[in-house]
Amino acid sequence: MSGHSDNAEQYWKANLRLIYGSLIIWALVSYGFGILLRPMLSGIAVGGTDLGFWFAQQGSILTFIVLIFFYAWRMNKIDEKFGVGEE
Amino acid sequence: MSQFAINLLFVGGSFLLYIGIAIWARAGSTSDFYVAGGGIHPITNGMAIGADWMSAASFISMAGLIAAGGYANSTFLMGWTGGYVLLAMLLAPYLRKFGKFTVPEFIGDRFYSNKARLVAVICLIVASLTYVIGQMAGAGVAFSRFLEVDSTTGLMIAAVVIFIYSVMGGMKGITYTQVAQYCVLIMAYTIPAVFISLELTGNPIPALGLFSTHIDSGLPILTKLNQVITDLGFNEYTADVDNKLNMVLFTLTLMIGTAGLPHVIIRFFTVPKVADARWSAGWALVFIALLYLTAPAVASMARLNLMTTIYPDGTAAAPIEYDNRPQWVRAWEVTGLITYEDKNEDGRIQLYNDVPSFEQEADARGWNGNEMVVNRDILVLANPEIANLPGWVIGLIAAGGLAAALSTAAGLLLAISSAVSHDLIKGSINPGITDKGELLAARISMAVAIVVATYLGANPPGFAAQVVALAFGIAAASLFPALMMGIFSKRVNNKGAIAGMLAGLAFTLTYIFVYKGWLFIPGTNNLADIPENWVFGISPLSIGAIGAVVNFTVAFGLSHATEEPPIEIQELVESVRYPRGAGEAQGH
Repeated sequence: MSGHSDNAEQYWKANLRLIYGSLIIWALVSYGFGILLRPMLSGIAVGGTDLGFWFAQQGSILTFIVLIFFYAWRMNKIDEKFGVGEE
Repeated sequence: MSQFAINLLFVGGSFLLYIGIAIWARAGSTSDFYVAGGGIHPITNGMAIGADWMSAASFISMAGLIAAGGYANSTFLMGWTGGYVLLAMLLAPYLRKFGKFTVPEFIGDRFYSNKARLVAVICLIVASLTYVIGQMAGAGVAFSRFLEVDSTTGLMIAAVVIFIYSVMGGMKGITYTQVAQYCVLIMAYTIPAVFISLELTGNPIPALGLFSTHIDSGLPILTKLNQVITDLGFNEYTADVDNKLNMVLFTLTLMIGTAGLPHVIIRFFTVPKVADARWSAGWALVFIALLYLTAPAVASMARLNLMTTIYPDGTAAAPIEYDNRPQWVRAWEVTGLITYEDKNEDGRIQLYNDVPSFEQEADARGWNGNEMVVNRDILVLANPEIANLPGWVIGLIAAGGLAAALSTAAGLLLAISSAVSHDLIKGSINPGITDKGELLAARISMAVAIVVATYLGANPPGFAAQVVALAFGIAAASLFPALMMGIFSKRVNNKGAIAGMLAGLAFTLTYIFVYKGWLFIPGTNNLADIPENWVFGISPLSIGAIGAVVNFTVAFGLSHATEEPPIEIQELVESVRYPRGAGEAQGH
C-alpha cells in the first residue's frame, strides 16, 4: 500500500511539473510577448506592425491550442506510466 | 426573392433544424438532462462548448470592440481563450473525475458544508442570470433588424424555441443543437470575412490577410489603416498601451473568469472519461479559435472599409455627400444605430475624432464636429452589406447571430436550472425526491428561468451593459479559486473556503459598485468611473483578478489557523487527482 501511495505522489508531482511548465509558456506568450515585453519586440516587424501585436491578436491563441493538446497527450503518457489511467 | 424572405428562410430553417434535433434527443433521466448521459464524444463536446461559449458578445460585439480599440482591446482575444488552458489543466479533468452533476455540488462535498454549496449556488445564479440578459437582448436586436418584427416579439419567438429544445432535451438536446448552432455561426462569421479579405488583400484566409498587403495602396493593411485613422485624429490602431498593469489584470480577470463560469464547466461533465475532458478543452479552443482568429481581421478590415466608404478619394479630399451614402448606411439609420447630423451644413459626412489635438486641422477644413456616429455592435452584422455580398450571406449572418445568442442562453439556463433543481431542491429542500420527480423539477425550473430571462431581456435593467464586469468578476473572485483550492490543496477546510469566497466576492463587488453605482443604481457611485480615480489605475472591470488573490489569501490563512479537513475529505481530494475509477481510489 505504501508503494502505491508513493506511486500516486510521484504521479501527482509529474502532473504538477507539467502544469508549471505549461503555465509558464501560457503566461509568457500572452502577458509577456503580447503585453509587457511588446516594446522589446518592437524591432521585429510583422506585416505592418510588430511581433508583440501578432502575439496579442493571434500568436497567443495558437500557442494556447498547442499547449492544451500537448498537455492532454503528455498526461495520457503519464497516466499510463504510473498505471492510474482509465481502463 | 426579397431580402426579408431570404432572412426568414435562413432563420426559420435553422430553427426547424434545432427543434428536429430536440425531438430526436429527448432526455429520459436526470443523467440525460444534466450531463447528456455522460456519453458525448470529445470533438462533439468541443464543438458544443464552442457554441456554448461564443455568445452574442463574441459574435456581434467583439470585432466592433477591437475595431474601435485596436491593439488595446486584444485583451478580449487573449482573455476569452486563455481560460481554456486553465480549464484543461486546473479544473476540467478533476471535476469530471468527481463525477457529479453540478459545480456547487463539488464545492458542497469538498468543503463538507451546505453553506459553501449555497454560496456557490448564489454566485452561479447571479453570474449566469446577468449573463443571459445580454443574450436575450442580443437575440432581440438580431430579430428586429433582420425579420422586421419588434424586439419584444422577436424575444418571445426566441424564448419559445429555446423552451422547446432545452426543456424537452435538457443537456442532451442542448448539446446536439449547440453542435448545429456552432456550424451555423462559424459559417456566418467566416464567409463574409473571406470575401472581404480577398477583396482587400487577395488572401482568402482572413487571419493571414490581416498581416498582408493592401491591394489598393500597396502598403501592409495595418500600416494603411494606421495612416487613414491618424489622418482623422484617431490613435494609431496598433499603438501600445500605457497602463500595462490594467491591461494585464483585465486579461487575467477574463481568463480566470472564463475558467470559473459554471455553464462552461458543466459541459466537461458530459464526456465519458477524464482523458476526454482534457481533449475536449483542446477541441473547444480549436473551434473557438476559428472565430477568434478571424475576428481581429474582420475588425481592422471593416474599419478600413468604413473609412474608405466615407472618404472615397482619400482622407485629404472631401468626404462623401450624405445623399450619396450607400444603402447599408440607410438601412442601419432606420434602427438608430447609425446617426448623422450635418453640423457644418455642407451636405457631406465628416467622420473624425473630435479631440482638442485635432481641432486646428478640423477648423482649417471647415469641419464643425464629428457628424456620424456608428454603433460598434453593427460592425459584424453589417459586414456583408458593406462588402456588397449577395443576399444569402446576409440571411446567413442573421441565422448566425441568433445561433450564437440562443446557444449561450440555453447553456446558461441549464446551469441555472440544474443548480435550482439539483442543489437547492434535491440538495436541501427535499433530499428524498425520486429521479422522476427531480427530472420534473429540473424541467419546471428551466421553464421558470426562461420566463425570467425573457422578461429581463425585454426590460433590461439599466446595468445590462455592465454585466460582463459582474459575471466575470464573480466567477473569477469566488468560483474559480474555490474550485482550484478544492483540487490542489488538501489543507483548505470549510471555514477557509466559505470565508475566502465571501471575501473575494465582497471585495470585487465593492470595488465595482464604488465606481459603477451600488447595485448599478445610477448616481449611487462614490467616485466617477474615470482612470484618474482608479486605485493604481486598475479599472473596475479588471478587479476580479485581485478579488481572486483576496479569496486565496483569506482561505489559506484561515484554513491554516483552524483544523485540518476530516480524513475522508482528504481522501476525496486524493481520488479526484487520479483518473482511475473512484471506487478503487477510495479503497486506499
